[in-house]
Amino acid sequence: MPTEPLFQPVTSESRPTRTLNLTFNGKTLTVPAGISVAAALLMVGVTRFRATPVSEAPRAPYCMMGVCFECLVDIDGVPNRQSCLVEVSEGMKIRSQEGARDLIFQPVTNQALEVQP
Amino acid sequence: MNAEVVDVVVVGAGPAGMAGATKLASYGLNVVVLDEQSSPGGQIYRGITLAPLSRRDLLGPDYAQGNPLAQALVASSARYEKGAAVWQVTRDHRVSYLREGRMQTLQAKAILLATGAMERPFPIPGWTLPGVMTAGAGQILLKSAGLAPSEPVVLAGCGPLLYLLGWQYLRAGVEIKALVDTTHHEDYWRARRHLVAALRAWPYLRKGLQLMRSLKKACIPHYTGAEALAVEGTDAAQALTFQVGGKHERIETRCVLLHQGVVPNIQFSQSLRATHTWDEMQLCFSPLKDSWGELDVPGVFVAGDGGGIGGAQVAALQGKLAALSIAARLNVLGAPQRDKQGADLRGELNDNLRIRPFLDALYRPRDEHRVPSDDVLVCRCEEVTAGDLRSFVALGCTGPNQAKSFGRCGMGPCQGRLCGLTVTEVIADARQVPVADVGYYRIRPPIKPITLGELAGG
Amino acid sequence: MNTATNSVVADAIVIGGGLVGTAVAYGLAREGVQTVVLDQGDDAFRASRGNFGLVWVQGKGHGHAEYARWTCSSAKSWHLLCDALLADSGIDVQLKQSGGFHMCFSDEELIERESRMQSLQNMVGDYPFEMLDPGELKARLPLIGKAVVGASYSPLDGHVNPLKLLRALHSSAQSHGARFYRGVNVEHIQGAAGDFRVVVGDQQFFAPRVVIAAGLGIPDLARQVGLHAPVVPNRGQVLISERVQPFLNYPTLNVRQTDEGTVQLGDSMEDVGFDDGTSREVLSAIAQRGVSTFPVLRDLRLVRAWGALRVLSPDGLPIYQESTTHPGAFVITCHSGVTLAAANALRIAPWLKGGVQPDELAVFKGERFLTDKVQAYAH
Repeated sequence: MPTEPLFQPVTSESRPTRTLNLTFNGKTLTVPAGISVAAALLMVGVTRFRATPVSEAPRAPYCMMGVCFECLVDIDGVPNRQSCLVEVSEGMKIRSQEGARDLIFQPVTNQALEVQP
Repeated sequence: MNAEVVDVVVVGAGPAGMAGATKLASYGLNVVVLDEQSSPGGQIYRGITLAPLSRRDLLGPDYAQGNPLAQALVASSARYEKGAAVWQVTRDHRVSYLREGRMQTLQAKAILLATGAMERPFPIPGWTLPGVMTAGAGQILLKSAGLAPSEPVVLAGCGPLLYLLGWQYLRAGVEIKALVDTTHHEDYWRARRHLVAALRAWPYLRKGLQLMRSLKKACIPHYTGAEALAVEGTDAAQALTFQVGGKHERIETRCVLLHQGVVPNIQFSQSLRATHTWDEMQLCFSPLKDSWGELDVPGVFVAGDGGGIGGAQVAALQGKLAALSIAARLNVLGAPQRDKQGADLRGELNDNLRIRPFLDALYRPRDEHRVPSDDVLVCRCEEVTAGDLRSFVALGCTGPNQAKSFGRCGMGPCQGRLCGLTVTEVIADARQVPVADVGYYRIRPPIKPITLGELAGG
Repeated sequence: MNTATNSVVADAIVIGGGLVGTAVAYGLAREGVQTVVLDQGDDAFRASRGNFGLVWVQGKGHGHAEYARWTCSSAKSWHLLCDALLADSGIDVQLKQSGGFHMCFSDEELIERESRMQSLQNMVGDYPFEMLDPGELKARLPLIGKAVVGASYSPLDGHVNPLKLLRALHSSAQSHGARFYRGVNVEHIQGAAGDFRVVVGDQQFFAPRVVIAAGLGIPDLARQVGLHAPVVPNRGQVLISERVQPFLNYPTLNVRQTDEGTVQLGDSMEDVGFDDGTSREVLSAIAQRGVSTFPVLRDLRLVRAWGALRVLSPDGLPIYQESTTHPGAFVITCHSGVTLAAANALRIAPWLKGGVQPDELAVFKGERFLTDKVQAYAH
């Protein structure tokens, strides 16, 4: 869970005009609008985004440009989203991915169907 | 499968894609630009249309150059589709992509691949730990969100992007704990023979020298000739260790940004089975293309860093060149006009490329950081080490595709992007054969992961 | 020509380093035969890499008793191969013979299925199977979709990890002294009865026996030693997913979960395939069928679509034959390289060494394709 953030806004940045609320593993966080989920998580102190399905080693974003697939998280019940490519939105529910996903014991499918048009 | 028919699909909205699409649209062609990001610019001009002025100032004049390109694209008749994840491009010009959860397919008369570059893998001990990122990632956080490391950061490796980021961090008041440079004195000597050509690209050279000077002036601890880089830590990065002249160094930090150059992103050209060649100067594979950028897959063009590293200016010029050839091919531009405009663009292109041999020689990544020792993870997804690869070679594995069969290397979600070059070079080294003889992964769709439900529905 | 450093002399040359060639080579090496394996390079078309990994019996050899028996015998001895590979290479190929399911999506399919299974049982004898209605099926596979109206189940079926199998065969054959030469494209076989020479570039290989197991390279090489083996490529497509927690304890014909957690979905040729469609349509059809079978797979993330060229004879059945004009030259090809790996490794080496051919194999001669009346056995 969140520790001292690894990243913070540079001093020349004006305060964000718009913020929104989202949750990470159930905890509510306030972040600026218009940035990627990965950037938002890094600035609120999430250092570990997931555990690998192979050895459950901790991982976090590496490339921030969609090629490394290290920043995968579950967003609103849809697993394996590349958080560096998804923009934050109000009320988003984000969960870290712990090891290999469980297709059965995760109320994923119905939620996934609800959010997809 | 009902596919919408269009004239040209451009994949990617960096400098090559933006310039190419704008030019194509100017001939009245029906152009669709598919881009994964939420605004045009690619990585080099990431977020250029959205960044506040203060951030643009901070990032410097090179970044601001992206704005006219992006504005021109927006003003053009080209249809820009943001957030589009292209997962398949076929040899008969069908492009399948996923956008807002929906599967879509376009049938084009020609395709322009402008998928740019990605950072070269930097396989060292500990490179998978949280807190270790690429310098490019650091820069993207700055460009797209105005974020920088909150604690003193260590920049390590070599190459213009690393120094540029250092300069930008300085301007932003970010504390840099150390610049750990893997460039050696002998690299300068090796690069010197390309200096005369490079002098003709003086603006590039001057900018580079200014960056280095400002880093020096800021009195940042600067280690040169660093070897044997490794990141310490169990659940997250704690320190960077390395050697300089045989002396062991250790710098504590929670944030290490690595960089050792960029390489073409060749997922699409590889999946199309276009011919690729090994570039010994740039240490990467690039697709074989003609002087307009057309691959040996008719009607498929590559522009920008995806066809070989040249930088943003080169990419934009190549995008225009490809557009000329496509326009002529689709009979909206005569051959004489194409050739005349093409000659002018090529002159400019050559001027901009003169710096490359110098840069490639000077910032040639070190062998040990490309062909790592046995304990280092090469395939981050499937957690395959260099030692595993060497044991596959001992068993008779001759190339990356057998390595895949023998140990799932390259078969995880990143589909070999982060390990492809390392696997090829490790195998070549273990077999003691030229890299070109070893070859590269066969890349298969989906180029971006899709779900079974999405595929079933499409 | 002298026998300089570039000459290799052996008891047997196996041309082809895929699942068939390495299984044969492993069998020979276990029998003390000095074997060399000539294998193509990294970028060769390889059926072995697109394999679905099924050790599959049910439904195969309908109307063809020998094929059904040969398949059964291989499946029943597969555990011996598994143990031998573990002992020789240390690699567990993850054999699970828990029985397998063939799903039916309509009543017509169900009736067709039952009659096929029943006639196989009548023909073969020891051929257990059950037909399951939706309730019985749901009891065994709780995640089954409503679209599935029933299934056939055979306890003989199972699966392995085909990539581990390929690696284990390579390693085990070498542990018994087989020598592999890679990046070798064999174009010519010279010589006659019991005295063969294969020249590749500046290398030459001599042996009294040569086994052609070169996949799509077979027809041309076989012709040179008086054998007729007109195999053709057949594109098979397999979808592979991310790793997920175990959700499926049994293999099915179109969906299975590997020991590593990835899910494979395919238009396995054990079924009447979708092989006429274009790539994209085939992939969608495979996906649709997967989701209908197990709706929980809807949001499963695919990481790879694998196309591999399968090696298929005109009737889909194997060819196991020694040349009459060039005794000592053999051709071996089958599309079920995994199912038949046990038979190929454990049962045919004595024949290849000069002993008698196993009874079941007498019918698998290439000459059957010289008539115009070739019946394709949907298998």
